[in-house]
This record gives sequence, structure tokens and C-alpha cells, in this order.
Amino acid sequence: MATFNLNINGKQHRVDVAEDTPLLWVLRDHLGLVGTKFGCGIAECGACTVHLDGEAIKSCVYAVSDIKSAKITTIEGLSEKGDHPVQIAWDEVDVPQCGYCQSGQMMTAAAFLKQKPKPTMQEIADAMHGNICRCGAYHRIREAVKSASEKI
Amino acid sequence: MYMTTLNKSSRRDFLKITSMTGGGLLLGFSWFTTEAQTPAILTEANFAGELGVNSYLSIATDGTITIFSPNPELGQNIMTSFPMIVAEELDADWNKVKVIQARLDTVKFDRQLTGGSGAIPHSYKRLRVAGATARSLLVTAAANKWNVPATECTTGDSFVIHTKTGKKLAYGDLVEDASKLTVPTDVPLKNRKDFKIIGKPIRNIENKKIITGKGIFGLDFYRPGMVFAMIQRPPAFGTKIKSVDSAAAKSMPGITDVVTFKNNVAIVGNSTWEIMKARKVLKVEYEKDGNIESTSDHDQLFTSLLNSDKPNVRRKDGDVDTAFKNADKIIKSEFQCPFVPHNPMEPMNFFAHVRPDGIELVGPTQTPASAREAVSKLLNVPEDKITVDITRLGGGFGRRLKYDYVLEAAELSSIIKKPVKLIWSREDDMMGGSYRPAVRYRFEAALDKQGNMIGYKLRGVGINLGNPVREDNFPSGAVDNLLIDSLEHTSPITTGAWRAPVTNFLAYAEQSFIDEVAIAAGKDPVQFRLDLLQKAKAKPVGAIKYDIGRMETVIKQAAEKSGWGKKSGVSQGFSVYFSHASYVAQVCEVVMNGKAPVVKKIYAVSDCGEVINKSGALQQVMGAIVDGMGHAMYGKLSFKNGASEQANFDTYRLIRMKEIPDIEAYFVDNGIDPTGLGEPALPPTGGAIANAIFKATGQRLRNQPFIEEPLFKTMKGF
Repeated sequence: MATFNLNINGKQHRVDVAEDTPLLWVLRDHLGLVGTKFGCGIAECGACTVHLDGEAIKSCVYAVSDIKSAKITTIEGLSEKGDHPVQIAWDEVDVPQCGYCQSGQMMTAAAFLKQKPKPTMQEIADAMHGNICRCGAYHRIREAVKSASEKI
Repeated sequence: MYMTTLNKSSRRDFLKITSMTGGGLLLGFSWFTTEAQTPAILTEANFAGELGVNSYLSIATDGTITIFSPNPELGQNIMTSFPMIVAEELDADWNKVKVIQARLDTVKFDRQLTGGSGAIPHSYKRLRVAGATARSLLVTAAANKWNVPATECTTGDSFVIHTKTGKKLAYGDLVEDASKLTVPTDVPLKNRKDFKIIGKPIRNIENKKIITGKGIFGLDFYRPGMVFAMIQRPPAFGTKIKSVDSAAAKSMPGITDVVTFKNNVAIVGNSTWEIMKARKVLKVEYEKDGNIESTSDHDQLFTSLLNSDKPNVRRKDGDVDTAFKNADKIIKSEFQCPFVPHNPMEPMNFFAHVRPDGIELVGPTQTPASAREAVSKLLNVPEDKITVDITRLGGGFGRRLKYDYVLEAAELSSIIKKPVKLIWSREDDMMGGSYRPAVRYRFEAALDKQGNMIGYKLRGVGINLGNPVREDNFPSGAVDNLLIDSLEHTSPITTGAWRAPVTNFLAYAEQSFIDEVAIAAGKDPVQFRLDLLQKAKAKPVGAIKYDIGRMETVIKQAAEKSGWGKKSGVSQGFSVYFSHASYVAQVCEVVMNGKAPVVKKIYAVSDCGEVINKSGALQQVMGAIVDGMGHAMYGKLSFKNGASEQANFDTYRLIRMKEIPDIEAYFVDNGIDPTGLGEPALPPTGGAIANAIFKATGQRLRNQPFIEEPLFKTMKGF
């Protein structure tokens, strides 16, 4: 066990966990930030995507000891009032079906749009290919990313 | 006091009204019988929180309308579409409607489960009556207040309006008076042309929670003092525990218990990661406990079952032997589909707290009532001492119709005497789950000289599948001489219902075969189907359990919307299927990229009767097509020595964004009461794709997954 000081959603958090604990489980089990989801545990589905210094990472395979002073953003901290352009687009396009993968989808989309604010549909599909939606809501996810890009 | 007893056995619907604490109108609504009649009144307020949660619809004095949604929500959007139906007849301001997931209550609710695309068909009428009855009471209350006839009043956006004077009263201001009125027994329902909410695209009522990451799923449920658990189950079907060495696991940090029950070794601890780590050092030896099967065994088994002379005859019309003897041409084909897991994105999990005075269960389940009944039997605790709170389900697809994981959580809590949340890993679910059964079909058709299908034979052989055919479906009724039979192999590999059970693979096989027969008969595949339906209409053979007219309509509309047979540069494939009381026809368009066929577009025309939520309905159709395509193209779980060879998404392929085709979805507008949509758009997809690929390449895809067929296997990039 070791103590880690983590900057998450703009706040400092102190946790006592094993060094190899994946960020996913620190968020969920220790900090109560359950918006970040467990889907596969091997970085294949993207349900656990969060931002590390603005870049999308798969938190299920990212050890807490590797975070150091990096700033973490989760779905809970993507915006203060749930009004990030991606969140607004997700609601307007009515993307969610079961909704379980959508935090990860939105975090991937938000990081992508920061790097590529005006993407083509093909670029969107390339960027979102790592996130599985078992309900098959891909058409609307793609449309919502496009719509968000027009709001940014 | 109830004027009508709240008695399930009497199977009478009831409505009840009472003043709510703080003022308000409450309409309780039972879910028994389809007639939705005979309302009764709760004359005396005897109203605690419990009754509020279990009842159906309430209107508070501040105008807030709360609707309780009884059925588990797994992405079929029931939590939005049920309240839409009530709000429509109530003429409510949709923005003021709140929806709450009801906990399990088999007294107050009927059919509180999610499966079979049946929730809306089952509840449509009774939801409308509930809304219309409340509206009628509010109108009467307003009319009395204004001293005008109720017929001069209308409603809209949660107001009663006196049309002559334009006077308005908010529903919230009328509930006190309305609660004192006698409940009308026969309220008129709206004409569908007056619908303002039903049929419109209404956004998912839980969008705000989902997009801000609120903890609404079972896995998100945390209770102070609870422990976490994972279970090591036998890695192969047909094995059992021989010995357990848990010393190393027990000594790992954060581990509180390691207990063995049945064939399970449960590791219990303070956090998920700690139990995951301890599990890695757990040593369990297994031994044989039944057949140890491999996929190669199943392939041989299917061949022998197809040749068996002891089938279970499902349907027999006319004389197939003579028809085949007299045939000008005989077409014979086999199609096979593998096991596939459900893979809902939220892994299996459940919270259980077995206390001396009762049991609390919380989590994602499609069948809360069956789960409770099973826990009651297992732990010998009466059902009325067991509560089940239903969380939002991160997908189901049939997996959560089984309650094995609920039983595990409850049994474990009873052993360790602690509140526990049981979590399955992805590997646990993929390797130890309940799969879509593997199946093989053999079809034979006899054609006469004019290309008429005079004989039809189908044999289905499956593993733990029960009946692998739908003997009364199309083309039954349209063929004079027909024989449909089946055989089953019983295996230790556990199987279960998978979205559109049986039809999800049968439709692919059948619609591929019909295409093959049409081409052999020298006929257009669409016209061939329409001709068969004409024959079934003019000279029906035996029982016909599908609606010929509805099937004809979706076929014709799909052909029209897709420009069937009129396009150049694309190869089109056709498919149509009737399942769960609805009809869906699809046209797939394939283009060639070099030697590789690419699925570019799928047109779908669905007849599910009245569409409740246009947005949700499109989600169901488009999602089902993506699901159907993904599993037909890539889905395969194979077995070696009883263990699945795929365990997670690195070895098991699910469809992803770059692989989806364009989809154009239409609905038949016929005003028939809803007939279900969670599943029916999935079955036709595999056949439409296979038929389009045949048209493009001349190669018939006879086995799923398609990417393992010779056509794709020789190519890179798939």
C-alpha cells in the first residue's frame, strides 16, 4: 500500500492503495466516481476512458503509480453543469440506449475534438473505433461527435 | 379501505385514488388483464411511502407528474416510452413528467420483466386507460369548479381549458378536487390522429444522468460496509472442483474471506482490485464431471443428427416424399451458426444482503420476479421478506433473463453474513455464461417445371436448443407438401435466450435458402416471396400463424424504398422475417472493393404497429441491424475440451464503428396496436447481407461467422 495524491476533476484526492491498482478502480471503489465504467479490463472496449492531461487513456490498465502529478478528468468533471458540447450533442442526438458505454464514448470524443476540432466523418469513425457500443448506437455516436464539433 | 380487494387471483384491474401526503392525486394502476377496465376507488387515505412507490401515476399539487416504470430498462427505452403513453392520454406537459423505476412488486405490477419484445404490446391499452382516466377526473373537477359541462372543456400541456371562455386551470390546482370524485369506468381513448406525444421522437428520459456519469447501473451501487466478491468457476464445461488451496489468496491484502460453495470459490475483500489480485494466486484443481466437448465434436454430431431417423416432427403438410419424387429440380442446402455470448457491456453483478429478518437484492436483472422466487427457494426465505431493486441494465440481450449471478450473490451473503456485491469479469461472462446455442439446418426444396415450390423440408439440429425451428412461420402455409422436424443434443455447455431467440439464426438460414430457391426457379427473389404469400392467401395449407397482408406490405415497401432491381453499381439482397408479432423486411446493398464485398447500406421497413417513440424505435431498428450484422459477420465462440477459446474482446470480435453500413429505416403506418420492436429487426439482417454478397460474388455464405467463410478467409483486412 502506498499513498497517492491525485488531481482529479480539479480537486486533490488522497488515496491509500496498492501501487498497481488501475485508475479505474481507484475512481470507482475509493473515490465514488462511478461514471467511469468497467467493461473488459484489458483496454479493448473503451468504457473506462478518462483524460490524463487532456489525452484519452484507458483507465482499466493505467496503474495509479504512473499518474504522478498528471491531471485526470472523468465524465463527472467534463463540465460543471453537464453542458460540454459533447454532452449537449449526446442529448440532442439522443445517443444513449443502455447508456453503459457512453461515458467512455464521450471522453474519447471530447479528447479527439480538442485535437481535431473539425473532423470528417471518416476521421470520427477512426477515432471512435476503439470504443465498443454493444447496443450498436454507432450511427448516432458518429452524428453526435459531428454535431459537437459544430458547437465547439 | 379498498372498495375492491387488491387480489391477484381475481385478475381484475383497478384504479385507486387518494390524497397524497402534502396534497395530490394518486392513481394506482394494476397490470393484470388486458382489458384494463373496472376501476375502483381507494376511499380512505391510508398512504405511506411504500404505496406511493408501488403505484403507477401521481400528480402533485405543484403540477409534477410522476410515473413509475415497472419493467427493467436495458436500452429498449421502456422508461421513456411507457410514460409517453400515459402522458399522451393524460395530455400532460412532457417536460413536467418525472419517471421513477419501480422496485419489484408482483402484487401491483404484472409482467415486470424485459424479454420477448413484449412490454409495450402487453401494456399499451392499460397505460392509455390510466392516463385517460386521470384526465377525465381532472376535467370533471375543473368543470365543476367553473360550473360548466365537462364537454365544453379540453386539455393540453397539463391544463384543463374551458374552450368558450379560454379559462385555464393547471392540473396541480385540480388534484385535491379530483381526488374526491368517483372514478369513471369507461373513459374514451384518443383518436390516433390527435396524438401529440405517441409517435414523436422523444429523447431518453435518463439522458441527463447518463451523459453526466451518474451511478445508475448495478455495478455503480455501493453500500457502506459492503464487501466485494468474485467467483472462480470451473474453466471448462463438464468439470467440477477436485481441490482448493486458498492459503495464498487468503493472505493477500484486503481479503476477508475465501469460501467454497457448490462449484464456486468466492474471493471476498475490501475492493475490486484486491479480489482480482488474490484470485490470481488462488489454486483450484478440477476433475471431469460430464461430457467434455469441443467444437470439432459438435460438427460431427450435427452430421449424425441430420441423418438420424428419429426426429421430432414439428409440422407435416401433404406428402413430401411424392413431391420430391416428382420434382423437376431439387435444391438442398445446409447452414450452421456457432455459439455466441451475449456480452452486455455491463458485466454480471448483483448486490445481496441476507439479514436475519430478510433479504435485500439490488442490481441489473431482466427477470426480477423469477430471481426472487429462486432466491426464496434456495435460502428458504419467504418471498415477502425479499426486496428486489432494479437498477438500469448496461445491456441484456437475454443474458440477464438468467439469474445465476443473483443466486450466487445471495448464497454468498448468507454464508459470509455480510452485504456483498458480486462482480463477474468479462472473462467470467464469456467463458462461463449462457450462450446462443449452436445450430445446423438442412433445407430441401422441390420445384416443378414452372418453378413452383411443390415441396419443402427443413431439419434443425441444435445443442441445448429445444425447438430450433419455427414450424408455423413462412413459408409454411404456402407449400402443399412440407415437413419440418428437429433433433437436439444435450450438452454441459449452458445456453440461453439470446436477442430474438432461434430466429436470430433461423431467419438467416431460411432467407438465404429462399433466395437460393428463387434463383434456381429463375424468379426474382422478391416476386418469389410475394407469389408464395399469394398462394398462402388463395389456397392456405394447414395453420398460418403470421399475417400475410402485413408481410406483403413490408416486402413491397422495402422493395420500393430501396429501388429493388433498378440500381446499377450495387448488388442487392432481400430478406423478410416475422418474429415477436412484428414484420421486418430488409434490403442490403453490397459494393465490391477489389475482390472484397463491402456492406454499404441496409434498408429496413418495419411493421411493429403503432410506433410509440420515433427516436427510440429508430434506435431499436438500427441497433438490431448493427447487432445482427456484427454477429453474422464476426461472432463465434468455439470450444476446446469444454472451455471456450475466446475470453475477452481481444479474441472475441464485436462490430465497431468503421464496419457499420448506412441504414435507412422506415415504419409502416397502419395504426395497429403495437406488436413489439426490441428484437424483430435483428433476424432479417444476416440473410439480407448473405444474399447481397451472393449477388455480388456468386458465393453463398453457408456458415456464420461470415469472415471465416472461404470468400473472406483468403482476404486480408477482415
